[in-house]
Amino acid sequence: MPLYFTKDHEWISVEGDSATVGITDYAQAQLGDVVFVEVPPAGTAVDKGKEAAVVESVKAASDVYAPVSGTVTEGNGALEADPALVNTSPEGEGWFFKLTLSDTSELDGLMDAEGYKAFVEGL
Amino acid sequence: MSINPSGWKPEMGADETAEVVTFTGNRALMLEEPLLFEYSDFGDTGVDFPPAPVVAPRLGGLDRNRPIGLPGLSEPQAVRHYTRLSRQNYAIDLGLFPLGSCTMKHNPRLNEKMARLPGFGDIHPLAPVSTVQGAFELIDLVGTWLKTLTGMKAVAMSPKAGAHGELCGLLAIRSALEARGDARSVVLVPESAHGTNPATAAFCGYVVENIPATAEGRVDLEALKARLGPDIACMMITNPNTCGLFERDMIAISEAVHAAGALVYCDGANFNAIVGRVRPGDLGIDAMHINLHKTFSTPHGGGGPGSGPVVFSEALAPFAPLPFVEQQSDGSFILVEEETAGDYHAQSFGRMAAFHGQMGMFVRAAAYMLSHGADGLRQVAEDAVLNANYILRRLDDVLDAPFGKSGPCMHEALFSDDGFPEGFSTIDVAKGLIDEGFHPMTMYFPLVVHGAMLIEPTETEGKAGIDQFIGALRSVAERARAGDVSLKAAPHFAPRRRLDETLAARKPVLAWKEPVQAEAAE
Repeated sequence: MPLYFTKDHEWISVEGDSATVGITDYAQAQLGDVVFVEVPPAGTAVDKGKEAAVVESVKAASDVYAPVSGTVTEGNGALEADPALVNTSPEGEGWFFKLTLSDTSELDGLMDAEGYKAFVEGL
Repeated sequence: MSINPSGWKPEMGADETAEVVTFTGNRALMLEEPLLFEYSDFGDTGVDFPPAPVVAPRLGGLDRNRPIGLPGLSEPQAVRHYTRLSRQNYAIDLGLFPLGSCTMKHNPRLNEKMARLPGFGDIHPLAPVSTVQGAFELIDLVGTWLKTLTGMKAVAMSPKAGAHGELCGLLAIRSALEARGDARSVVLVPESAHGTNPATAAFCGYVVENIPATAEGRVDLEALKARLGPDIACMMITNPNTCGLFERDMIAISEAVHAAGALVYCDGANFNAIVGRVRPGDLGIDAMHINLHKTFSTPHGGGGPGSGPVVFSEALAPFAPLPFVEQQSDGSFILVEEETAGDYHAQSFGRMAAFHGQMGMFVRAAAYMLSHGADGLRQVAEDAVLNANYILRRLDDVLDAPFGKSGPCMHEALFSDDGFPEGFSTIDVAKGLIDEGFHPMTMYFPLVVHGAMLIEPTETEGKAGIDQFIGALRSVAERARAGDVSLKAAPHFAPRRRLDETLAARKPVLAWKEPVQAEAAE
């Protein structure tokens, strides 16, 4: 499954016209211990680059932006009871939401794993 | 000759008192204190009431069927409980309180004396207007000073605090836009704004968009110009901003925003840095709240309620909220309310609070203004800026100052945790400061700086006190840079050691449970 990254430290894993979104390992390390996550309910329309979810750590509350536009099909309910999943498994069990892409060409501007690695090293 | 013949002397050997475990858990004046609910007797009362008369139940079967479960305390127990807890607290009356952006400055005792005058302290908001003319004159006086100091046309005194003031300003802006049939949907907020600004805009139903900061910590004027358009209702800017910097491009920003048909809201929480030096009205600002509990020294942070009057430009004045005090041609004062608003104020967006505002705070602010005078208020800004720059320059060799080259700072100095070894961060410095007897600075805000430490000494600290703080922070910063592991365990001397903030946030224990029930549940 192709994996893409944003400059705002979200990852998106794409399969056909559906995708899973979360925040990167770098992002969780910067945030510190995550204590609260708010994910969008199924049916929410999200726009590329606009806030779609909220993540709160002991340090700060941050918006999580939608890497692409689409309609949310599922929010990760497990994060409500166990927000620590974002720290322990940011790119696995700690996913935020799944969505149906409305325009797959929006993926073109995103980074691949190598590009993101270079981006983070430059920060 | 010893002046303390019964005390410890060096020849008696090492002082091992740190090892001593006391029966009570108390350590002399550092007292352990249980919760009120942990005081044992639920039958006690502080007052001896006569038995309640027996009445026929009229609650239709909804009568209480078990004890209410409130702790029973005698009056001395209750007094001691809160006094003991207060001794574990830190307050502006105990020492320097460097919380950035909070302006925790001294609350002059003269203000308190004035606020307790019976003519101000013992009146009621529903008292007949003719009987409280002096109070109305004082509200008008404070409003006039605020309009003069800011160069603005109108003032709303009723908002109860800073964020309430922001709401007031944005409601006026929305009313003005709607009145010209030009409802717009987006509010721009720069990264260097106060955190309440985007919350206020969202609460008013606007979409919030960020404007980035430049490398020197100010609003990116080009990015702002590129984003301006017919959908922008307002720009909310904090000036001086949360990087502790004055927005030098403020006039250009206002002109660009106005040219796009939008309005400018300024968060005036940091007004103490520029009061008497700059009039926000001259910078093109349309609405700005002023925190009386910051700039004008009224107590806050648990010490008293806030108060956030809002000043308005000519364009927004007709939309200001009700009620307000107005002087008539015969010199007397009236309260303009819905029934008496008349034609000019017909566009007022309405009422934000039941009454006229925080009267007690107006009295304190008036005492502060009158005791300082115009020249004294000007010196407030000068001293606030001088003190912050002194801290910035005395510590920028041991702490990274990300905007140290952006010119002088205003009322607060901003440092980052850059240069700390792996595993050490701002929180360790904050906990170390607790051991040194200081309240920590603002941490991890603003977000534009990694591991931000935002320090506002305020103008009421003298050089000796600031030097002591600098010495303490320098020592803690050097320990952090050297990777001193004992700092990771700080605070060592507080009533509680370092708390597990993660666990507290993830699994907060918000209610006391009776031990018997708790055991049974396990």
